[in-house]
Amino acid sequence: MGNVESINSPNSILVVGGGISGITAAVEAAEVGYEVILLEKSPYLGGRVARMNQYFPKLCAPYCGLEINFRRIKTNPRIKVFTLAEIENISGKEGDYDVTVKLTPRMVNDNCTACGKCVEVCPVERLNDLNYGMDKTKAIYAPNPLSFPTNYVIDTEVCTGAECSKCVSVCPYEAIDLSMTTESVHMKVGSVVMATGWKPYDATKLDNLGYGKYPNVITNVMMERMAATDGPTQGKIVRPSDGKEVKSIAFVQCAGSRDVNHLPYCSAVCCLGSLKQVTYIQEKNPDAKVFLFYIDIRATGYLEDFYRKVQGYENLSLIKGKVAKIKEDPQTKDLTVEAEDVAQGKKVSEPVEMVVLATGLVPSIADIKIAADITYDDYGFIASQPPGIYAAGCSKRPADVSNSVMDATGAALKAIQSVVAGGQNG
Amino acid sequence: MDKKLGVYICGGCSIGDSLDLDKVSEVATKEYKVEICKTHPFLCGKEGAQLIAKDIEDGVNTVVIAACSPRAQQEIFSYDSGVVLERVNLREHVVWSHTPQDENTQMLAEDYLRMGLAKAQKVFPAEPYQEAIDKTILVVGGGISGMTSAVEAAKAGYEVCLVEKSPSLGGWMSKLYKQYPKHPPYQQLEDTGIEAKIKEVEGNPRIKVFTGAEIEKTSGAPGMFDVLVKQNGNQTSLRIGSIIQATGFRPYEANNLDHLGFGKYPDVITNFQMEELAQQGKIKRPSDGKEVESVAFIQCAGQRDENHLPYCSSFCCLTSLKQALYVTEKNTDASVYILYKDIRTPAQYEDFYKRVQEEQAVFFTKGEVEGISEGGGCLTVEVEDTLLGEKIGINADLVVLAVGIVPNSMPEEAKKATAEAESSGEKCEEAAERAADSGFYASPALQLKYRQGPELPTLKYGFPDSHFICFPYETRRTGIYSTGCVRQPEDSATCIDDATGAALKAIQCVEQSSKGMAVHPRTWDQTYPDLFMQRCTQCKRCTEECPFGMYDEDEKFNPLPNPTRCRRCAICMGSCPERIISFKDYSVDIISSMLKAVEVPEEDEEKPRVIAFLCENDAYPALDVAGINRLTYNPYVRVIPVRCLGSINIVWIADALSKGIDGIIMIGCNYGDDYQCHFIKGSELANYRMEKVQETLQRLVLESERIEVWQLSISEYDKLPKIFDDFLETIERVGPNPYKDF
Repeated sequence: MGNVESINSPNSILVVGGGISGITAAVEAAEVGYEVILLEKSPYLGGRVARMNQYFPKLCAPYCGLEINFRRIKTNPRIKVFTLAEIENISGKEGDYDVTVKLTPRMVNDNCTACGKCVEVCPVERLNDLNYGMDKTKAIYAPNPLSFPTNYVIDTEVCTGAECSKCVSVCPYEAIDLSMTTESVHMKVGSVVMATGWKPYDATKLDNLGYGKYPNVITNVMMERMAATDGPTQGKIVRPSDGKEVKSIAFVQCAGSRDVNHLPYCSAVCCLGSLKQVTYIQEKNPDAKVFLFYIDIRATGYLEDFYRKVQGYENLSLIKGKVAKIKEDPQTKDLTVEAEDVAQGKKVSEPVEMVVLATGLVPSIADIKIAADITYDDYGFIASQPPGIYAAGCSKRPADVSNSVMDATGAALKAIQSVVAGGQNG
Repeated sequence: MDKKLGVYICGGCSIGDSLDLDKVSEVATKEYKVEICKTHPFLCGKEGAQLIAKDIEDGVNTVVIAACSPRAQQEIFSYDSGVVLERVNLREHVVWSHTPQDENTQMLAEDYLRMGLAKAQKVFPAEPYQEAIDKTILVVGGGISGMTSAVEAAKAGYEVCLVEKSPSLGGWMSKLYKQYPKHPPYQQLEDTGIEAKIKEVEGNPRIKVFTGAEIEKTSGAPGMFDVLVKQNGNQTSLRIGSIIQATGFRPYEANNLDHLGFGKYPDVITNFQMEELAQQGKIKRPSDGKEVESVAFIQCAGQRDENHLPYCSSFCCLTSLKQALYVTEKNTDASVYILYKDIRTPAQYEDFYKRVQEEQAVFFTKGEVEGISEGGGCLTVEVEDTLLGEKIGINADLVVLAVGIVPNSMPEEAKKATAEAESSGEKCEEAAERAADSGFYASPALQLKYRQGPELPTLKYGFPDSHFICFPYETRRTGIYSTGCVRQPEDSATCIDDATGAALKAIQCVEQSSKGMAVHPRTWDQTYPDLFMQRCTQCKRCTEECPFGMYDEDEKFNPLPNPTRCRRCAICMGSCPERIISFKDYSVDIISSMLKAVEVPEEDEEKPRVIAFLCENDAYPALDVAGINRLTYNPYVRVIPVRCLGSINIVWIADALSKGIDGIIMIGCNYGDDYQCHFIKGSELANYRMEKVQETLQRLVLESERIEVWQLSISEYDKLPKIFDDFLETIERVGPNPYKDF
């Protein structure tokens, strides 16, 4: 992990955000030979992809690539990682930035061996944010067995603190320190990559679709956790209301996206995301009927192959039409999806046991106030930036993993150029 | 180097409670006569770490740490490059997944220490490959992608040579009238800006431009490529560090689209021809020069069609939206019809789609075009309107086919095979896939003098893409990166991002090579294969099976290694029947020694022994997770991590069986179309080789069930205990290895 005192280098690159884009920018720049500081807001690296079950179109595990990237980080002394770190302020110019970073206390130090004894005695539970609140962890927890860093972390919002101290007494390695406090650290860096990523659109804003009111309406990101072996249902696709295996399911595309009242832009990944989730149903609940309501299926490039493959699944009905409303039978908690089937030119009403809303991507950076010359488009994506600061991945537009990685690799080079130029580039 | 071993056994994380550590220590002190063997209750703590550091100061040069998984506490247990480190996994693979204070658990721990010691004795520090590394970047192709790569590499301080086949730079972008909006609010057409980019390239003193030039020959390896460029009948020899292939695309051959009237009616043109018309002012139809009043755009003219281009070309929807505005802006009375399957305007481009939808004279029809005819002074497009469920006829002065793109890297043979398939009724897609690596190219770009062929290997459809989601730049020729539309269909904005990333990868390759380090994925690795040539039988397996084309061959079929092309997967080591290929820290002998270190109980003890070779990136971490989740499995399994299943040499199977090991299980990554093996071919090769081994076993009257090969993803940790337990059941059923008591 990072050593705060050592960071005072106009030749180093700061990467903000430890998702796939940030990890990529950091590792790629460091392997050219540059010093890199990688900041991540949450207690673990990997961001959104660490919460995906599989990637489209290969249906492979995100942790496979993350494992390679973590190994590249662990074996490269030029990368310093700070988790639970948020940027407070950036000032200066290309080649000479002053950055203030807020470090939230982990309450667990580097003595932690991840042995798990603390969890056994912790009396407090919390909703597991990694699983979008679908299950619980203890107040002291490890995000995921494959996550990096492996150290446990305490959720200070729920931990009862010193008066409990059960974890402190049981830890054989003096790894828990409940006296840790928030720190503010200053760094000098030469350039910055903003890889702040995305968050799902708040589905409760979609009144007509019943999310938050009807337990069996879930979102696409929740579906990823449900399908994951290490998720809240151990990989079983079941109804939240009664835990029953799902026999019919509807996917609602553009849940918020391409809608002037919500997200006017297209979120670029939700079509493929839902097609991928259809394969989860195909594998896990092979008898289930699947309905997918869409406006256009946007499977660009050779992702078309994957679309064609999923189209061949006999239990899948693709219906071109925007969903107008979702209703619930309060007794059975079954749902009815009402849509305009434009191909048939009539209204359809499809009864199903569960609905997945393909909610769109919202740029996380829209929430962060940074005093730097960054301009944003109407949706909060980075539209332009001064030389020395470079946007990567979903901070500038919705993109899939492969395109984010490509983009982050390019951003790493731009950041290097700024360091090489020492501020003479712009 | 004289070996001075130190063995450090950790008692923390339940290791001390579950095992008799004194007995574990005796393996080191008594069996292996190691003088320094220390036990500590918290080895990764400050005191433990200092204990080891002090011994290294005092001369220990080989450290064996028996504690947690090698994946854990890597920063703490990391030493100078002169110190050999071996980690023995007593935590995740022993005490967290097996019964505490049990005879079998104890035997497992002791065996793992024996294996670690056997390995540590034979591993030596890396001696990096040192050669003069040239850091000049060669860019092949002078379109928007190639020019971007060149400028971006130069801005980072690198010398660049840019080779373009045509007489001028600019590529397809210079043929466009305008480009669709690339900036918020995505409403107005923009100039292409290509002239400025060309000036930037030509004015950069670090970039040497060769136009009207082609690569005649590329030999050598990263950091030391020798490239012969042919220009105006002259040849120039260049020393090059790494290469970016940005050779772009050609439009799909519209003559194949006779069902859409191309070639039959002069007023049916392609989207590329539409750009030329727009450059000339008013848009006039080719047949009689009349200014057009109605234009129909046919989307997916060949794309998303298994008989033409099965894939989507990504930017044709946006191009037609843009060209619709050419029509309405130049003639306010004109109407436009866009006939589409899906309108694909991802991300913020949706704003531009919305803007064109607001044009009153632009009509969108989702439908299948059934035919096209001429009469009454215009063309009529017959459409099955899938929204209205009826056939309609659209009259237009001009029909624009939105044709897709074909990568210039397309192997010629695929085309031939596709044609043959068409006549025999076979699916073209399958034929193209089969012939993808045929080695014949209509537009050769690199002319590599490699044993394995002259160009980058391609996937189906002819794109030399990496086929990795997390690592899009990886190619099967080290130090050669493809970018832009030759890699995948993408628009110019994406090409610019892509080409910048490719420039970084090219730079990174020369920097890593100059330190004697590998490039992705083993970027920390400074070893490289050493060949004991006296025993080589010129069998050509290494030269054929290396997924990265590392070996060339002389006229007597001797392998000629190119270390900077090597990715250190050791698949060549697995392929070699003479076992002459070794790395300092990974060799046939090292693993054989580990196998031989396993204690095999006599038959009547009824304790079978199984060796499990696990891919170190996926199956091995998955087994760690099984331990972290305290899943239990049979204690008779002995795990050996391998760089890739493809590095498994079949002599290890023979060694294990002759030693009395009852079964061998190999667990690697998925192979086939959606391969996840990070060395491309490794796990597939292993599977192929093991089929051969199973045949041999049957000849030796040994049951073929004694060997199993599995594909497993890193997330399928929950399946591992059952895979092991079932395999042990199989072994119990077939009985003990008859060679056990010899």
